[in-house]
Amino acid sequence: MIESLEKVLVQHPFVEGLKPEHISLIVGCAKNVVFEPGKYLFKEGEDANSFYIIRSGKVALEVYSPEKGSIIIQTLDEGDIIGWSWMVPPYQWKFDARAVELTRVIELDGNCLRSKCEDDQSLGYEIMKRLANVFDNRISAMRMQLLDLFGKS
Amino acid sequence: MQAMIPSSYRIQKFIKETQDTFTIELKSIESKNGFTFEPGQFNMIYIYGIGEIPISISGDPNKSGILTHTTRAVGIVTKEMAKLKKGDIVGIRGPFGRPWPVREAVGNDIVIVAGGIGLAPLRPVIYHVLENREYYGRIILLYGARTPQDILFRKELEKFRSRLDIDIIVTVDRAIKGWTGNVGVVTTLIPRAPFDPINTIAMICGPEIMMRYTIIELIKRGLGKDKIYVTMERNMKCGIGFCGHCQYGTEFICKDGPVFSYKEIEHLFGKREL
Ligand SMILES: Cc1cc2nc3c(=O)[nH]c(=O)nc-3n(C[C@H](O)[C@H](O)[C@H](O)COP(=O)(O)OP(=O)(O)OC[C@H]3O[C@@H](n4cnc5c(N)ncnc54)[C@H](O)[C@@H]3O)c2cc1C
Ligand code: FES
Repeated sequence: MIESLEKVLVQHPFVEGLKPEHISLIVGCAKNVVFEPGKYLFKEGEDANSFYIIRSGKVALEVYSPEKGSIIIQTLDEGDIIGWSWMVPPYQWKFDARAVELTRVIELDGNCLRSKCEDDQSLGYEIMKRLANVFDNRISAMRMQLLDLFGKS
Repeated sequence: MQAMIPSSYRIQKFIKETQDTFTIELKSIESKNGFTFEPGQFNMIYIYGIGEIPISISGDPNKSGILTHTTRAVGIVTKEMAKLKKGDIVGIRGPFGRPWPVREAVGNDIVIVAGGIGLAPLRPVIYHVLENREYYGRIILLYGARTPQDILFRKELEKFRSRLDIDIIVTVDRAIKGWTGNVGVVTTLIPRAPFDPINTIAMICGPEIMMRYTIIELIKRGLGKDKIYVTMERNMKCGIGFCGHCQYGTEFICKDGPVFSYKEIEHLFGKREL
């Protein structure tokens, strides 16, 4: 089981280039999970105990507004990761995540991953570098979204 | 056609595409010859008594009987244009400008990146490459719109997609629950788009900021600057390189463009003042 998870994990772009010993470490925190369409991976305000690596499917990140209902801020799919709130106190989700289609993910236990990153800081640095890359891309995309380029000028 | 004198065309069909965008199909009153053009060329459209503006041709280059333009109502002339109806007459000068490099692209994968109304000037490219499908590798259209309601040519995109020999990925900047497509800016689609960077020609049309970030992502994927084409918009008057209205550095957008390779205009692109 662990061995097959490792095989799946190494193919994901987020872990590409990670040393085999680091992959073995994080596989210890991983499990394979499937979400049916419409099911929530998590909801705003819940404890952020997990980090998700999407293998296939599509997930919508949403914020609920009483006036407008659920607003989709972004969708993520194969090759993407979801969430860094497991790493940042107070470890709570700031949005909802809903499977739009049948979605297969590798779920990493946030506590487990955090303690492995503390114990082996070279692993921690590798994870941080990869997350920084994700932050950079998401912030650039969000800036463009805020500019509302296709709106009325 | 005389370059400075408009010919009269009658509106055969007026199609409301989205809340602010419409398509007109025109037929010449003066001539029985069809209207031939190349993908990416534009016409100066004269709305009698109001003014004249450049609008790209959005129809099929293989069908010369009908001239098609798709326009977003943004200001004085385009808002008057939006009030036109079947049977009304407009003046046309054109076609003008350098087209998209559909011939140079033969043998390559084609990546078309469009934002908002930017899909209209690229639609003739889609018609052309699909009609000459065997000459091209993979064909990928990445299209970003503001909301699901703003997706242009939606039915036609669905029809193209059902051909299975073109990849069409659409994303919107914002949506509410119920939309099952992508949400996020169009540039986020580039890292995983299925093209071979060594043999690809990219054609981009949209707001300049969108084009800038699209170029960055395409270069990250390994595309050469000479393989990336954009179309530029500037105010125009004559449309034929006389008046200098559309000057962009040393180039005149109307006759040296509106399509340029990024390599040609890199030094001007995104500059505040020229
Ligand atoms: C080569 C070329 C091809 C073009 N092809 C198309 C096309 O196929 N379809 C199309 O809809 N437009 C196209 N345009 C843009 C179009 O020419 C302008 O939108 C039009 O000239 C605006 O005229 P107006 O009198 O309605 O607006 P104006 O009254 O001149 O402007 C009013 C307001 O609209 C804003 N505005 C002007 N142009 C734009 C714009 N392009 N986008 C957003 N806001 C704008 C101005 O900043 C101003 O605030 C093209 C432009 C060029 C140079
Ligand atoms: S519009 Fe007159 S020179 Fe280009």
